Amino acid sequence: MTYTVAAVLGVVFAAGLDLLVLRTKLLRRKAFWTAYAIVVVFQLVVNGVFTGQRLVVYARADILGPRLFYGPIEDLAFGFSLVLQTLAWWVWWGRRASQARPSPTAASAARRPAPTETR
Amino acid sequence: MTWIYPVVLAGCLLATLPLELGLKARVYARPVRLLATLAPVLAVFVTWDALAIHAGHWRYRHLLGVRVRNVPIEELAFFVVVPICAVLTLEAVRRRRPGWRIGDERP
Repeated sequence: MTYTVAAVLGVVFAAGLDLLVLRTKLLRRKAFWTAYAIVVVFQLVVNGVFTGQRLVVYARADILGPRLFYGPIEDLAFGFSLVLQTLAWWVWWGRRASQARPSPTAASAARRPAPTETR
Repeated sequence: MTWIYPVVLAGCLLATLPLELGLKARVYARPVRLLATLAPVLAVFVTWDALAIHAGHWRYRHLLGVRVRNVPIEELAFFVVVPICAVLTLEAVRRRRPGWRIGDERP
């Protein structure tokens, strides 16, 4: 398996975790894409330092070839998978905790029809 | 050159610290949730890194030379630092845009 294939699988795995397994659905949220847009800029800079200084060297046969700030474009997918998986788990743990102890206002809202989904 | 990697990672933590202290992102303030988030991510990415090194997708140069199995400790630190920065950014976005739901709000 090449890095290219692994990178695509990494994104698919993260999307599956977010949409199907944890059902955090960050991929549909403005807050996620805004945070990612900020993070990706710093990721490119940091990755540019590591790859530009050749602290990490890639096998030419395992990447497509195009590079972004010295790093192979596959690194973009790797970084995206890292951020999405992280934030999905963060939100999932937070949702678990907030369902375990709802806010005081939730008690007064108990007579209203329960929301089908917390979004 | 061995100092570049740790310095860059420390820079990431320093640069995002104002999100916790100034914007009140409350990420370090919730250490259990943070550790529970880092654990599965670390497991997946250390495995990926180990397999990729084994498969020869990439190799490292000019690092400290300390490795856990075949994964350099700098990489372990990377998979802790980058997720922390990502969570801090998401929580900072929430602070600035309280109307945007993230999915963990109390019902």
